[in-house]
Amino acid sequence: MPKLYSGAGIVFKCLEDQDVEIVFGYPGGAVLPIYDELKNFNSVKHILVRHEQGAGHAAEGYARSTGKPGVFIVTSGPGATNAVTALTDAYMDSVPLVCIAGQVPTHLIGTDAFQEADTTGITRPCTKHNWLVKDIKNLEKTIHKAFEVATTGRPGPVLVDIPKDIQFQKTSYTKFKKQKKLNGKVHNHFSQKDIDELIKLMSKASKPIFYTGGGVVNSGPKASELLRELVNTTGYPITTTLQGLGTYPGEDSKFLGMLGMHGSYEANNAMHDCDLMINIGARFDDRITGKIDEFSPKSKKVHIDIDPSSINKNVKVDLPIIGDVAEVINSTIKNIKKANPNFTKSNKEKISKWWEQIQKWRSVNSFDFVNSTETIKPQYAIQRLYELTKDKDTYITTEVGQHQMWAAQHYKFDKPNRWMTSGGLGTMGYGLPAAVGVQVAHPNKLVIDIAGEASVLMTMQEMSTAVQYSLPIKIFILNNEYMGMVRQWQELLHDKNYSESYTAALPDFVKLAEAYGCVGIRATSPEELDDKIIEMVNTDRPVIFDCRVDKEENCFPMILSGKPHNQMLLGPKDQKENKITRKGKALV
Amino acid sequence: MAKSKSAYSIPVKQGKPDTHIIVVWVDNEAGVLARVVGLFSGRGYNIESLAVAEIDPKLNISRITIVTTGTHQVIEQIKLQLKKLVPVHQVADFKREDKKVIFKEMALFKVVGGKSKKEKALKACKKYNAIILDKTNKSYVIQITALRREIDLMSKKLKKFGLVSVSRTGAVAMTRGSEIFK
Repeated sequence: MPKLYSGAGIVFKCLEDQDVEIVFGYPGGAVLPIYDELKNFNSVKHILVRHEQGAGHAAEGYARSTGKPGVFIVTSGPGATNAVTALTDAYMDSVPLVCIAGQVPTHLIGTDAFQEADTTGITRPCTKHNWLVKDIKNLEKTIHKAFEVATTGRPGPVLVDIPKDIQFQKTSYTKFKKQKKLNGKVHNHFSQKDIDELIKLMSKASKPIFYTGGGVVNSGPKASELLRELVNTTGYPITTTLQGLGTYPGEDSKFLGMLGMHGSYEANNAMHDCDLMINIGARFDDRITGKIDEFSPKSKKVHIDIDPSSINKNVKVDLPIIGDVAEVINSTIKNIKKANPNFTKSNKEKISKWWEQIQKWRSVNSFDFVNSTETIKPQYAIQRLYELTKDKDTYITTEVGQHQMWAAQHYKFDKPNRWMTSGGLGTMGYGLPAAVGVQVAHPNKLVIDIAGEASVLMTMQEMSTAVQYSLPIKIFILNNEYMGMVRQWQELLHDKNYSESYTAALPDFVKLAEAYGCVGIRATSPEELDDKIIEMVNTDRPVIFDCRVDKEENCFPMILSGKPHNQMLLGPKDQKENKITRKGKALV
Repeated sequence: MAKSKSAYSIPVKQGKPDTHIIVVWVDNEAGVLARVVGLFSGRGYNIESLAVAEIDPKLNISRITIVTTGTHQVIEQIKLQLKKLVPVHQVADFKREDKKVIFKEMALFKVVGGKSKKEKALKACKKYNAIILDKTNKSYVIQITALRREIDLMSKKLKKFGLVSVSRTGAVAMTRGSEIFK
């Protein structure tokens, strides 16, 4: 007679077999049987959050910094609806999450029972797939399938909704054997012909560029190594999207910086003027392309992606290559070496003019800003933070807004999985709980949430989680008392009508830190900034750092709506000197 | 150009839309229709008609036939997005003009009136495989199978013969000859 487990026990047996070590969650009526079983499974550690959205973002931080799926447990009704933002966020940014939700008992479904919500209905558009388990016999297979769906192909969130009576019912468990590397061959639909075609395009190109994205991170650390090799072999310039930061060393001379709305002048101009664009694991997002019909008009476009539906969705491409980016890059490098061992040499000559042009754009120094001796400029704060933490293997999360863009511009990454930011959905309040998840996964690393004061207040309660589990996360708040990005748009496009973008009552963040039982640090002038940052880094406990910055600083450069890549609005220095940009400003 | 205040780009010109018939084979499970229909509504695609029923009880497969309009790019996206859904096995797509494919819809017409009106209605329906499903002194229920535009036409034409109620299905499709969808 095989051993019988309750449905709740089956959940944990599955988690064990999936090598899950950490689950984030929050108990409630409809998941109590699961929480009751927790004590019997020592290999799974539970992190109690303060809000289910926090559980989801923490699981995202965990997933993005480890490459493993993030798992979280929520109760029915409000528990599940609170998880929706995190699920949608993970869906947009292709983060593998498995959400286990409790549901009211099967016989009460549809009766508007207490804490009942149509969870599978609500989460259908924000998950890759979801399941309502109505038969205990299907539970095991469903959970394993959920992990498979979340982690294969283009990763994403899934949800398994388990009614309370199913959690109580008993059944046997069959040991699950994990298939090795499900992510491989099944999703590679490219052929030698595609690679040959790519190499043909490359050998013709005189103004090539790599445009890489989060797909490289999702493909695993090997993909980033291969990408470096590919860039070295070809000598091509490379730009990455917001999500791609870290896949190529930020300080390397071939790296043009991030592209897009607040990307660098050289990256955007190179994208506009190139004759060959090789997109690796990016998705032609509207923050990247600007005006679609003027997007890189003269280039042949190659798109390497694991998701066939990404091809030709926003931008029509000349050569789609469907596959795991690591495999495609690997095959490309091999074939370049085979076809033309002197490729690097012969190519250097051919693209030297292109590099000259890029250097000209680069000399504009578009991330530059007017520094001050009196107030802390937010860009300066990030630069100092970078300089003082770069020799540590630092993990950075962010909230959403100006601080996020400044972080992307001024903090340089040289490894993947070190940069966790909400790009697609743009979720304010993402960074703090994400930092909790990252720190849980990497207890001995330095984890910093670069935050804005408005964003961080949305999920501030998770500081309490950080304190409970002694997670020494650092919340580095660029405090300008405004919703900075909203204020910037209002200044530039809505005649300085700062409607509701100023927070007239903010907490004292130092006292708030103390109230949570962590450490509060405040910096108000540039000369004390370094010492305070060092103090923060050396503190072995969670810290809230209130960095008082210039209240009216804008984030430049910037591509305004309806503009192509080669019409960027530059910062104040250039606006004074440069006639063209003044004309550009008149167009705003 | 008008001054834009939006953080989003301005819509660009769209290509010419075509009518397509999309056939989807899915696992017949709870919520599968909602997934397919939700994908259409969520991404702003259009559904002109929809027909769905189980076709293989053993393998538990349903066949969904959707008539939609969209530009080439949109139709391609619809197919690729459908293929990503977990319960979807296969997706086929045909242009409405495609001569190799039979498209049929069914309609039920209720006509109320005297003998002459009823007979005129029946006569008008004749070339569309008309069948009388119910007969009383005052009324007929007539079933026809035809193309969408033919049924549109008949629903107009029968008004003067006492048409009081119309019920119609979405289109279903099948290839001609011995070939099957692949």
